[in-house]
Amino acid sequence: MTNPNGNLLEVKNLRTYFNTEDGEVKAVDGISFQLQRGETLGIVGESGSGKSVTNLSLIRLIPSPPGRIVSGEVLFDGVDILSLPEAEVRKIRGRRIAMIFQDPMTSLNPFMKISRQLMEITQLHLGLTKAQAYEHAVKMLETVGIPDARSRADNYPHEFSGGMRQRVMIAMALSCQPQLLIADEPTTALDVTIQAQILELIKTLKQATGTSVILITHDLGVVAGMTDHVIVMYAGKVFEQAPTGELFARPGNPYTKGLLRSVPDPTDERGELYQIPGLPPDVARLPPGCPFAPRCDRAEEICRQEFPPFVQLTSEHFSLCHFANEVYETSK
Amino acid sequence: MNDDRPTIPGDQDQPEPGLTPDPAPSYRAGDVIHTAPEFAIADADVLAAERGDVIAGTSLWRDAWRRLLKNKLAVFGMIVVLIITVASVAGPSVIKRINGLTPDYIPTEVAALRSLPPLTAPDGSFSWLHPMGTDNQGRDLLARVLQGGQISLLVGVIATLVSLLIGVSYGAVAGYLGGRIDNLMMRFVDVLYSLPYIIVVIVLLALFRSQTGRGQVILLFIALGSVSWLTMARIVRGQVLSLKNEEFVLAARATGVSTPRIIFRHIVPNTLGPVIVYATLTIPTIMLTEAFLSFLGFGVQPPLASWGSLATDGIQNLGIFPWQLVFPGVTMALTLFSLNFLGDGLRDALDPQMRKV
Repeated sequence: MTNPNGNLLEVKNLRTYFNTEDGEVKAVDGISFQLQRGETLGIVGESGSGKSVTNLSLIRLIPSPPGRIVSGEVLFDGVDILSLPEAEVRKIRGRRIAMIFQDPMTSLNPFMKISRQLMEITQLHLGLTKAQAYEHAVKMLETVGIPDARSRADNYPHEFSGGMRQRVMIAMALSCQPQLLIADEPTTALDVTIQAQILELIKTLKQATGTSVILITHDLGVVAGMTDHVIVMYAGKVFEQAPTGELFARPGNPYTKGLLRSVPDPTDERGELYQIPGLPPDVARLPPGCPFAPRCDRAEEICRQEFPPFVQLTSEHFSLCHFANEVYETSK
Repeated sequence: MNDDRPTIPGDQDQPEPGLTPDPAPSYRAGDVIHTAPEFAIADADVLAAERGDVIAGTSLWRDAWRRLLKNKLAVFGMIVVLIITVASVAGPSVIKRINGLTPDYIPTEVAALRSLPPLTAPDGSFSWLHPMGTDNQGRDLLARVLQGGQISLLVGVIATLVSLLIGVSYGAVAGYLGGRIDNLMMRFVDVLYSLPYIIVVIVLLALFRSQTGRGQVILLFIALGSVSWLTMARIVRGQVLSLKNEEFVLAARATGVSTPRIIFRHIVPNTLGPVIVYATLTIPTIMLTEAFLSFLGFGVQPPLASWGSLATDGIQNLGIFPWQLVFPGVTMALTLFSLNFLGDGLRDALDPQMRKV
């Protein structure tokens, strides 16, 4: 992740705030990360950690009256998306950066045939004719494994099951062979067997087309199986970032450790499941100091007073903690 | 898609039996995914419809149509409207061909043919020539009623279309853009709403009086259409407000679709249910307004006739020659009822599934 050249995506100090009745909510408060070509990055966090807002900020889909991107840079292939005019950003969306959403039930327009929804993208971005776009749509449906794609292409979304709809979303996203695919909790709304299929689908398609993937999830199991690097978010900040194997083997942050401990271990005979005590903070009213301090079992007075530093543990492993080195040393 | 995809050995085989119910394999060798049988489409995830058990898919419109047909009153309304429309459109030409009478034909032997009762000849004997009698100038009433139908229906439909066009665009834009623009636009609507619209229409018509009959009718379209778009705008705005936060709108924006396209291609089609219902109910309202205007003398001018103007003429001789009012009046009332029944039926047929989103 420290490769200075050839990074497909470089996010620098992204801040997205929302003006609400409760005050200014700093949903994303100074996030930085990089993504290399062909790589899969996982973004892990609890609800409210800011992971979805990060994604939407990357392609500037934040609803603008309450929210705004306050500062930061999003360098996509060297060009800062945040400084482009809206028309240029629209050319990137769908064409070079594609996004799939969490709930396939509601992500498709219920009044439009699947074929039309697929065709719109290629007609818009690639300038295909209606006939070409239709053929392309059928081909994409076949690629994602829709049975009988040609006769099903003219069906409506409600005629597909949940897993099928998610496949359709993936087909839509990959229609123009984007350089980056952002998958926002793509399997959360699906049952477990379908989850495995969808993830495998994403993985195989990614290998075949060389697309880079940002995978957002709260499921550590998914992260372990799919990603090259991981960032762990909490209260709008990056708490830890590391290559996946390293993060699981040697976490450097108490929060990450807590998350890993929370994953139920089927071989564990003890009765109770571990959970990190307390609740995620109200991002509108963050305490000074480390946002995780109220819940951290490692916390000391300095954690409550001072905001922790972003400590570099190895060349690719960083942790936001006053005691990062110590935590790192003591994890196995 | 690039074609130098890696093929994974072993996928050249047939899919494992029992996993895909289809007789023919649904994926073929060389395809990138689903090459390992354990990742083939799980039986559990395939709906009966996807398996091919159901032959035809149903769209939401077809369901609505089926539901509409079950509503007897609505079907009655639909049929009556259809009959009257066809009769109005084709009637005058048919009558002309049969007995050479046109709606504005004033016969030369004027005195004898004035105000004939229905089915009567000038000498008092039975005659098929004038099934509805004649008016006080000797014109065949049936032909006039049918032509009246043409004009009334035309005014109703086209003025509704005008109000539809203005109302839907206005409401959709206001609803989607939201914020201050929406506020401004809807306050403007509120102001217009408070004006007594009959007076506005009368003023418009008085200012722009047209010389030709046809010109007057076109003026009516515009005048009536431009005061009746307000409720349509409100309805559409409400729908758009609730739809614009749906995830499919976000998904569409994420594929780079521009705002006007989102509004008119993605959101507005989803609002068609209430729009259709309201449009069907606007037509009779406009027809009644036009009748009232004719009563005041601002509607169609002779020799053109609308049901309203015919009724107005008929009132003058109500005691003596009642048929001159009864026929146009009953026909108009029948049409209005039928349109209302149809509108109610459409509302019942379309409403539940609009909520299914």
